[in-house]
Amino acid sequence: MQIIFILEQVLNGLLIGAFYLLIALGLSLIFSLGGIVNLAHGAFFALGAYLTVALAPEIGFGGAFVVAPVLVGILGLVIERFLLRRFYRADPILGLLLTFGLAMVAEQTMRMVFGAAPVPFSIPQELRGQVLIGDFIYSRYRLLILGVAVVAVFGLWLLLTRTAFGRVVRAGVQDPDMVAALGISLKPYMSAVVAIAVGLAALAGVMTAPITGVHPAMGAEILTFAFVVVVIGGLGSFWGVVAAAFIVGVVRGLAAYFYPPATEASVYLLMVLVLLLRPRGLFGERIQKFE
Amino acid sequence: MSVTRRGFVAASAIGLAAPSISYAQSDVIRIGHLTPRTGFLGPLGEYAVQAATLAGEEINAAGGINGKRLELLMEDSVNPQTGSAKAERFVQRDRVAAIVGEINSATALAIAQVVNRERVLFLNTGANSDALRGSDCQRFMFHVEGQNSMYVKTVGRALVEGGLIRGKRSYALTADYAFGHDLLRVARRFLTDNGGTVGGEDLIPTDLTDFSPFLLKIRQARPDLVVANLAGAQITNFLKQYSEFGLRFPVAGFGFDTALAWGAGQGNFLGTWPVMWHHQIQSPSAQGFVRAFTAKFNRPPENQAWGDYLAVKLMAQAMTATRGTDGPKIVEYFEGEGRVDILKTREGYFRKSDHQLMQEAYAITALPANEVRNRWDIFRASAPMPGPNEPLDAIAATAEENSCTFR
Repeated sequence: MQIIFILEQVLNGLLIGAFYLLIALGLSLIFSLGGIVNLAHGAFFALGAYLTVALAPEIGFGGAFVVAPVLVGILGLVIERFLLRRFYRADPILGLLLTFGLAMVAEQTMRMVFGAAPVPFSIPQELRGQVLIGDFIYSRYRLLILGVAVVAVFGLWLLLTRTAFGRVVRAGVQDPDMVAALGISLKPYMSAVVAIAVGLAALAGVMTAPITGVHPAMGAEILTFAFVVVVIGGLGSFWGVVAAAFIVGVVRGLAAYFYPPATEASVYLLMVLVLLLRPRGLFGERIQKFE
Repeated sequence: MSVTRRGFVAASAIGLAAPSISYAQSDVIRIGHLTPRTGFLGPLGEYAVQAATLAGEEINAAGGINGKRLELLMEDSVNPQTGSAKAERFVQRDRVAAIVGEINSATALAIAQVVNRERVLFLNTGANSDALRGSDCQRFMFHVEGQNSMYVKTVGRALVEGGLIRGKRSYALTADYAFGHDLLRVARRFLTDNGGTVGGEDLIPTDLTDFSPFLLKIRQARPDLVVANLAGAQITNFLKQYSEFGLRFPVAGFGFDTALAWGAGQGNFLGTWPVMWHHQIQSPSAQGFVRAFTAKFNRPPENQAWGDYLAVKLMAQAMTATRGTDGPKIVEYFEGEGRVDILKTREGYFRKSDHQLMQEAYAITALPANEVRNRWDIFRASAPMPGPNEPLDAIAATAEENSCTFR
């Protein structure tokens, strides 16, 4: 009987992992191409959730699902054009300070506009309910999250591997100087990558608004997890991040089952372990410009 | 006339220094307000700050304290280390006459150690742990906030009457820090004393947002009652996800804040919970506070707002009665156990033996979705506990359960 319970936690962990992926992939992309550790990534996630709460009464949850990530993506374009772009070749610490500052400004702005207390939001009536598979109960809404995450991740993978756009981005990650020598400017690609990455974070925010408290600090909470996933997965590796997200989800679920106080700590322990054995992360590639 | 850069710098330095000259020690009384304004307790801290501000404005509008203007200095206490450092700065640099506030039990203890050394009063408005009124009690710390035992006994009475304790098996989720550990101990004692058993106990990290692994565990355990000893943002997340997973086991909490249920959203609030105060109490002073707060901040106050509002008012009252700001004299005043209006039906008093405010409490039960008329009135409250014929300390911890020796 116990083995079924453990299996339940493993499956649940995989689902949670898919959700982490939406945030971690964007974080990894921005770092791989621009060399910027985007500490403001969580703020875009929170903004997605708040926009959902604000827009849903007007255009419905479905409308917010489309509009909120687009709006946040556009905001990402603006921030990339006027702020991030100045720091690609600068000392990494400057980019870190910039995005850290952005995150603080964003969190405080949300606190001033929406208040510190969580703003109420529920799962839309038509998406409520549970699914029973044998003895395994699951929330219908979470299965929907899984579907959205899988489609988004697969779409991103297609974009990066099967299109001309993706080839330039991947080349830019490996050797930006060679790309420049070939007469291709990476600037518009970087803008697009930032817009897509923060749009994905906002999409995760939209999906999470109905099931967790929507409050200003929600971005900071999720960001640490996304970082751990990127570090475990290894920089520059798409599938590394995917694998890491699922591993993190499962480890967390098993910790909750066997030793609940370590539910969150288990993930950091895993990171320490991976870094000791494989300092580059599970599937980290050797990236010339970071050596 | 030309303005040199040096002259400009000197002028602005004088300008910056001016406020501290005009607010000299003699014509203002300063009270320091410390509470977590960020992090998982931040949502409550915001209510605390708004309510303390309102109380300060009302006091000054009525002529201040002993003819002096009341000035509230407000800071984010963040965590025990920062809270303790800020309390020290309040006392040593800003010369505050008292400190009011806090929600986190660990930070409250750190502040208490500072005020006891400095002989300045600390009125705790949000930290629940019994240890603060027992093994860790301090002569200069008083508690407007109810202790864990009061919360447990209040909601416990409702649960016993509802037949959810005797012979029943409960599953407890507990916030993994000072408050939760203390509450778990008190809750376990209550459950076993009343013929219940504890079937499962999980300690939940304070930064956990996804409860799904625990909801699956609860479903496997099939308890008769789910007990939530959670805190802050945890409560909102728990409520939302418990209703998402559609579990049917009755839910009761031994610790609670109304703001977190308001933040969960329509159809997500469920179960029975204890509160020290709620906005539907029909005493004149309570409704006066509800009106003033709602007019100023566009939302009704909840239990945390009540605590900080009351604490600032009680400090002003004590300073007026003792004609000064002398710490030991105010301690003596409160220890006199004089009855005061605490915005409830019955007046309350600070119990001399552990400095806990003796007061009524309430069990609230979530209204069924079809009876909810607006965002705020989402529950039905019990009659005040203890009842009108019982002594006020009937729900507080007894000396045997929690004994205090002041240092």
